[in-house]
Amino acid sequence: MQISKEIVSHTGHLARLHLSDDELELYSSQLNKILEYIEKLKKIDITNIAPTFNVLNLKNVLRVDTVRPSLTSEEALKNAPDKQDNFFVVPKVY
Amino acid sequence: MNKFEPVIGLEIHIHLSTESKIFCSCSTKFGNSPNSLTCPICLGLPGVLPVLNKKAFHYAIKSSLALNCQVSESITFDRKNYYYPDLPKNYQISQYGTPVGRNGFLKIKNRSSNPVKINRVHMEEDAGKLIHDQNGKISFVDLNRTGIPLIEIVTEPDIYSPDEAYDFLQELKITILYLEIADCNMEEGSLRCDANISLRKAGDKKLGTKIELKNMNTFKGIRQALEYEIQRQTILLEEGEKVTHQTRLWDPLKQKTTSMRSKEDIHDYRYFPDPDLLTYEISNKMRNKFKDELPELPMAKRERFKKDYFLSEYDADLLVRDKFIASYFEETLKFHINPKAVCNFLTSDMVGVAHEKKIKLSNIKLTPKNCGKILNLVKEGLISIKTAKELLFDLLNYDIDPEKYIEEKNLKQMNETSEIKNVIETACKENSQAVTDYKNGKNSALKFLVGQVMRLTKGTANPAMVNKLLNEKLNKEEGK
Ligand SMILES: [Zn+2]
Repeated sequence: MQISKEIVSHTGHLARLHLSDDELELYSSQLNKILEYIEKLKKIDITNIAPTFNVLNLKNVLRVDTVRPSLTSEEALKNAPDKQDNFFVVPKVY
Repeated sequence: MNKFEPVIGLEIHIHLSTESKIFCSCSTKFGNSPNSLTCPICLGLPGVLPVLNKKAFHYAIKSSLALNCQVSESITFDRKNYYYPDLPKNYQISQYGTPVGRNGFLKIKNRSSNPVKINRVHMEEDAGKLIHDQNGKISFVDLNRTGIPLIEIVTEPDIYSPDEAYDFLQELKITILYLEIADCNMEEGSLRCDANISLRKAGDKKLGTKIELKNMNTFKGIRQALEYEIQRQTILLEEGEKVTHQTRLWDPLKQKTTSMRSKEDIHDYRYFPDPDLLTYEISNKMRNKFKDELPELPMAKRERFKKDYFLSEYDADLLVRDKFIASYFEETLKFHINPKAVCNFLTSDMVGVAHEKKIKLSNIKLTPKNCGKILNLVKEGLISIKTAKELLFDLLNYDIDPEKYIEEKNLKQMNETSEIKNVIETACKENSQAVTDYKNGKNSALKFLVGQVMRLTKGTANPAMVNKLLNEKLNKEEGK
């Protein structure tokens, strides 16, 4: 599969990134190189191998359902570019 | 006959009633001040590690089993990517490839031999809450809800009318409540439902173009939104127009749906496995343990009540609708023999009194034993049904023996002929005009006199005897 400039532009839009023409060019060529490498990997026979979701040999790691103190709203909002009445404030989105 | 047949699917999100969030230890409490229940994990700050809440995991398995799903042997979590300010990580941790449950079903009213098919039950984290500023260009974000554990239940497109959708939701809600894993409170958003609906020519196999419906806040609203869509789409199709795939919002005030302005490419979520979370295995042993622990579910209980206690569908449904009442009913039957009498007493009188006194059913202190005693007193003619209702009112909040109580309060029904006759004499003397009226053929005067006798005895006189004795007296005098 070829990663066209359109695909990069669409993916950029989904992540709310504005990409210049030069960037589209650069990223599509980089992404195509990555995919070429994946094509190589695809040649390996993995018929009987289960997918590896995680390299740690751990299973069923769970926490007990107990409440611990949260951050204060002041702390939570500390890095917010805009805030009001303990809310994060963002541009209106539909 | 209708030319078009609706095909409906539902997607239900339910908050699991855990103390803490699904991947962090923040409280799930509702109604806290904005952004006071967050931490680096649910804020999606870099470098943090989510760890699954054991209770949420178990609750999800229970719900899958109760909905007759095949439970996966092992599950993983996936990232559902979308960019919206209610989601600080820009992805939601959800499940894509390995939901907890698959291929389930739920029996509903009128479809017990053809239950509604359930596609999947999976776990995910809730997003935050956005409040849009009506006038300005900004929105306010509260992330307290971010990370509250949810199960999402997705049905197959296997529902064929708005009424069936309503019945399904009722049955699903009661079933989940029986499991005691969620409170399903729609007002607080702990149960939310989206629907999709398409129309096809009656008899066609192929599905029509699907419309997705959002923003319904009550089960009634869901039924209304679906009814509206059937009308709207029928008109389009009859005029030879096409239905275009879109998401529409239900407006409960205008009672109509409107197309949602959305620039987002729907369903472009680019799911991939979340490397932060490990695999969770669900062994046979674990599955069987949870299966054995499932309570008797509403549909089975309803059937058993009908069969064992000779109750109508209607009565069985009233009892089973609330798990507490259903078990209270069976406990009371250990002390009073007549199921129909207990059913009526509980579903109309007790529920009514509890509502009036604003007592939660599960907090009622009157024991089933004492409740049975009240009904026995009525059966033995020692108190009237009216007194029984008054006892309910007085004793609902107490563990007091009703036999002793009526003794102390002199509430015993007056069954002695001589006693009642005395009161009748007084009533007739005090109301001689009514006696004359009756003798002049005004039958309603008798009813008035019965009422006076009941008043004088504070309702304890046996009404049947009062009627009989008063009739005898008045007609005898007339014969003189
Ligand atoms: Zn948190």
